[in-house]
Amino acid sequence: MSRRTLLWSAVLLAAAVIAPFYLEGFWLQAGLFAMSAAVGAIGINLLTGATGQLSMGHAFFLAIGAYAYVYFASEPGQGGGHALAGLGLPTPVAAILAVVVAGVAGGVFSPIAGRLKGAYLGIATLALVFLGQHLLFNVEPVTGGFNGRAVPPMELFGLVFADSPALVVAQVPFGALERLWFLGLAVVVCAGLFARGVLRGRPGRAMNTIRDHEIAAGVMGVPVARYRAGVFVLSSMYGGLAGVLIALVFQRTVPEYFGLLLSLDYLAMIIIGGLGSVAGAVIGAVFISMLPQLLTRYSDALPLVAEPGSGGVSPAEAARILYGAAVVVIVLFLPGGLFGLAGRLRLPLGRRAAPVLATKTPSPDTRN
Amino acid sequence: MITFLELLANGISVGTVYALIALGFVIIFKATEVLNFAHASLLLVGGFIIAKLHASVGFWLALLIGIAGAALVGALIEFLVIRRANVASHSVLAIATIGIDIVLTTELTREIGADVLALGDPWRDQVLHLGAVSIAQTRVAALVVATVLITAFLLAFKYTNWGIAMRATAEDSETAALMGVRRGRVSMGAWAIAGALAAVAALFLCVFPTPGLDRSTTFAAMKAFPAAILGGLDSTTGALVGGLIIGVTEALMSGYQNDMVFLGRGIGDVAPFLVMIVILLIRPAGLFGTRELARV
Repeated sequence: MSRRTLLWSAVLLAAAVIAPFYLEGFWLQAGLFAMSAAVGAIGINLLTGATGQLSMGHAFFLAIGAYAYVYFASEPGQGGGHALAGLGLPTPVAAILAVVVAGVAGGVFSPIAGRLKGAYLGIATLALVFLGQHLLFNVEPVTGGFNGRAVPPMELFGLVFADSPALVVAQVPFGALERLWFLGLAVVVCAGLFARGVLRGRPGRAMNTIRDHEIAAGVMGVPVARYRAGVFVLSSMYGGLAGVLIALVFQRTVPEYFGLLLSLDYLAMIIIGGLGSVAGAVIGAVFISMLPQLLTRYSDALPLVAEPGSGGVSPAEAARILYGAAVVVIVLFLPGGLFGLAGRLRLPLGRRAAPVLATKTPSPDTRN
Repeated sequence: MITFLELLANGISVGTVYALIALGFVIIFKATEVLNFAHASLLLVGGFIIAKLHASVGFWLALLIGIAGAALVGALIEFLVIRRANVASHSVLAIATIGIDIVLTTELTREIGADVLALGDPWRDQVLHLGAVSIAQTRVAALVVATVLITAFLLAFKYTNWGIAMRATAEDSETAALMGVRRGRVSMGAWAIAGALAAVAALFLCVFPTPGLDRSTTFAAMKAFPAAILGGLDSTTGALVGGLIIGVTEALMSGYQNDMVFLGRGIGDVAPFLVMIVILLIRPAGLFGTRELARV
């Protein structure tokens, strides 16, 4: 890590640590959504950005993570007019198990994930989203059906991540959001560092070679199918982790959230942020998850955006149209995404003309 | 037995409609090597134009305008995005079509809102009785129209200059260009035709027994994706067979879902995707797709 990136990371981390002492609830919640999205986006960027395998099924793995956590952590009980099953395990164990279950689900799909390549896998993984929706609505004892289930708050070393019991740190009341902020931050940092390790190391080289030239990868001794399946499993575990986080923030899991639109959001994140890098995934996640919330908050000040329900373009719709268009524009004109743009702007003017590292575009797939 | 025959007839008829959508998808793939994830929104464009215009200009004119409109949108996507993109890889273009899909679908579902729009078709809810078997007239119309269109397309693909240019481009686009085939025109034509076929399919996806065009129509259209991929993406025959398999499976699973309660409600909507997974497990390139071979 160069000194510059180290400095930047330290500044960002310090800002993130002191943030909950100053920000109000709205920003904390928006930030938490961005954090969980960042974890999921890092995962799908390993798959789509670094290995070139398109996945439209990321929402399925988020759903698995979220619902598995709820199932493992809650006590059996009644809800929504039917019995709800649960194992009542300690919450950290439940969270870890949820990630494992998401990985297993990815592994079950690996005969397909290992054999199909690029955009073909994209269509095949569409099946996962629809299958997931079907299961979420129909396996009521586990998922709670249409109404979803309440999420038991995380409890780590005696600290409950909920509003009660009350906790005051440095004269700031620490509610669920403030506490979760630090949990989320820790998870994002760990997830990012791990993914960075994977990408910089031997597996990362192998993944990039598979993306850029499958045959060359095979000739050099990379087991292509095994790698594809393995990355798929890893990315679904990231998805599961993001699902656990999002469940903790929402405090309730509802099936509709985990639909096709969520999968498309994640793809948009990594395209807009930048394919194939951890920083790109995080930038994209922050961008996509903040945009609708910002538009909602400032809708009265913005032209063309109407209040929700008044018949005009609602903030959520405006955000979707904006980032849909952004995806097209970035694919056409800015192949490195926002992260690539940042790298390009940092270079001194004279060197910009020369082909440099930041302008090298990772592409999700190269046909031979 | 009668239920079975009715379901089968319905399934085949819906299957030909899926085949129309899948055919457009395959044509685009053959001509430009792009997987068009915006296909469902092209269909929505066609359906929406028909629904909005039929009251003022009459059904048939509205249908024509709808088909032309969807074809125009398809051609525009090709002209404004696909042709401009100077990328080495076609998967990146597939992602660009996802962006287009997000924009089009969001805007159209916003326009549609919570409404269910009727398309003003002349068949309404009349039912045709063949002995004991009764079939909705819309289904018969769908079957006839789709069969005619598909046959016409396959003949054109085989015998006209346009079709030969298309096939040459699909085979080896560089050589085709050197032989004087205008690649731009071929690919724009492919997108326009795919749009037009999608608009026709939109009509038949939204008429009786479906209540009409609403925000869930895109999801109905997505069932054509498995149809295209299980047949094999580069095969027009595959698109037809895939469409029929998907249509019949869906109809049978929905029809008998009361006997298969353990699978849950609405299994018919998931069945196409399950069939796709099973077929991909056995044949990763689809039923009729060419397996990609590489010589080193």
